[in-house]
Amino acid sequence: MSRMIAIYRRELAFFYNSIIAYIVMMMFSLLAGYFFYNLLAFFNLASVRVMQNPIASQQLSLTEGVLQPLFGNLSIVLLLIMPMLTMRLLSEERKTGTAELLFTYPISDWDAILGKYFAAVTVLLTMLGLTLVFPALLGNHADPEWGAVVTGYLGLLLLGMAFIAMGLFFSSLTENQIVAGILAFGFSLFFLIIGWIGPFVSSGTAKVIVQISILEHFHSFSRGMINTNDVVYYVSFSVFFLFLCSRVLESNRWRS
Amino acid sequence: MIEVQNLTKYYGKQIGILDVSFKADKGEILGFLGPNGAGKTTAMRILTCYLPPTSGAARVAGFDVLADSREVRSRIGYLPENVPLYLDLTVSDYLEFVGKLKGMSKKRRRERIDDVMEECGVSHVRDRTIGKLSKGYRQRVGLSQALINDPEVLILDEPTVGLDPQQIIEIRALIRNLAGRRTVILSTHILPEVSLLCQRVIIINKGKLVTVDTPENLKSRLQRSVMVDVTVRGGLEEIQSFLESRPDVRAVTHIESTDESTHSLRVESTENRDIRESLSSAVVERGFGLVGLYTTDVSLEDIFVHLVTKEDVD
Ligand SMILES: Nc1ncnc2c1ncn2[C@@H]1O[C@H](COP(=O)(O)OP(=O)(O)O)[C@@H](O)[C@H]1O
Ligand SMILES: [Mg+2]
Repeated sequence: MSRMIAIYRRELAFFYNSIIAYIVMMMFSLLAGYFFYNLLAFFNLASVRVMQNPIASQQLSLTEGVLQPLFGNLSIVLLLIMPMLTMRLLSEERKTGTAELLFTYPISDWDAILGKYFAAVTVLLTMLGLTLVFPALLGNHADPEWGAVVTGYLGLLLLGMAFIAMGLFFSSLTENQIVAGILAFGFSLFFLIIGWIGPFVSSGTAKVIVQISILEHFHSFSRGMINTNDVVYYVSFSVFFLFLCSRVLESNRWRS
Repeated sequence: MIEVQNLTKYYGKQIGILDVSFKADKGEILGFLGPNGAGKTTAMRILTCYLPPTSGAARVAGFDVLADSREVRSRIGYLPENVPLYLDLTVSDYLEFVGKLKGMSKKRRRERIDDVMEECGVSHVRDRTIGKLSKGYRQRVGLSQALINDPEVLILDEPTVGLDPQQIIEIRALIRNLAGRRTVILSTHILPEVSLLCQRVIIINKGKLVTVDTPENLKSRLQRSVMVDVTVRGGLEEIQSFLESRPDVRAVTHIESTDESTHSLRVESTENRDIRESLSSAVVERGFGLVGLYTTDVSLEDIFVHLVTKEDVD
């Protein structure tokens, strides 16, 4: 445990001493701000239009009009950004040879995997934390459903953690960071859009595919609901890739 | 302390090491000597549990590298060949980090880090970033991380490679001091290094163990004759023919003349026997002036070339 914490702290210090974490957080905040502003402006316009029509104005909700699309957009931004955070985690150690020292210390592979995983998760948390300013602004002028804000953020966190686990796994596969990043990006995208094939395959297959789709499980979070099924999905997704990662570390030693 | 039995490692079809067995006792400095690609790094990676052997067994302090890997790893300090350090950390932060990974308590770390930095001569660069240090200092930091938990066994892969002559001398002195009660295995392809540092030498070539012996024994095993350099005052031709006429001398070679009447010659004996005494009295009795007389060592270089080429012929 103390060894895992040591790796966690070293990895976190690396993020914050290098420019990576700042660029990633800045990009995320800027994009989130842009989406927020746009959605809000559009929502404003819509509310002015429907002012005269009481039925329509009842249907207009802040959750559906602003929060839900905001979380949806941010989930895509996470897909773009997480690989930048995870690609170097293990591949760099192999490239520079520090892995040889790291894994000949009396640590377990899990100390390294989890230390690095939670360091990236911490950057993710900071990144999401910074964007809380937007719901706060919303709260100043209107009355958003706070439950939906909470579940939306929980969804983003779980989604981001799943991307990190997958990115870490790809980082264990190669000593080339760029390759690790591209693989992580490609596969994240694949898991995101796999549901699109749904209409073109048999309904049984479609059901399975929809269950695999990473985006499918995100919808209810952004609508203000927490389904056990979705939580289990994201947690298993992370655990699965962390486990694969540990197998790779072990087999690297056996093969080479 | 270290026991290796029939250790074999294949990288696919490529041989890393083949059927290597040896032992190292507590407190011993053991040298791995062999040219590039001999399998030195491979053997060390197996001993440090970084790579598993294809077959055979290796035990460190009684623990098997496969079955009790963690026990082994907590007892060794390892310095890999290219000294892979975290270049973004300062020396003291780095050692602190390594101390934690080696499971040392906060108190113990505080004690050891200062001691080790002192021992390895990096105290005055403790707050410098490792990436900004010279190769020689990185080597010292590398040694510091290996030593931080006061390990019973030190494994150093080519610790002087890539250093300048002054740094080499310093690192060698450091290694000699570090040895003490520790068992040290160090690899090198530089021959004089083993005779300077090691009590026993393992010569490996193309993955196979060629021989294990002390540096001195290796020398005498190879010395078929003793060489003596003499500096004599007198006429060169006279001296030369006199020396050649002696029964215990096989050959005489003129090395140099400092002036017209002072000549240095290399005398090779017929048998493996010290001929210094008989030679000096004979020279003096004959009326030459004896200025100097020295034995010359057969270099380990010669041994190495001999053993390795012999092995190749077999
Ligand atoms: N990772 C590897 N994959 C394939 N072959 C390797 C690997 N590492 C070493 N070898 C081969 O094993 C042999 C021994 O190498 P090594 O142990 O590095 O020798 P040394 O350290 O004595 O120079 C060499 O022929 C080398 O090419
Ligand atoms: Mg080597």
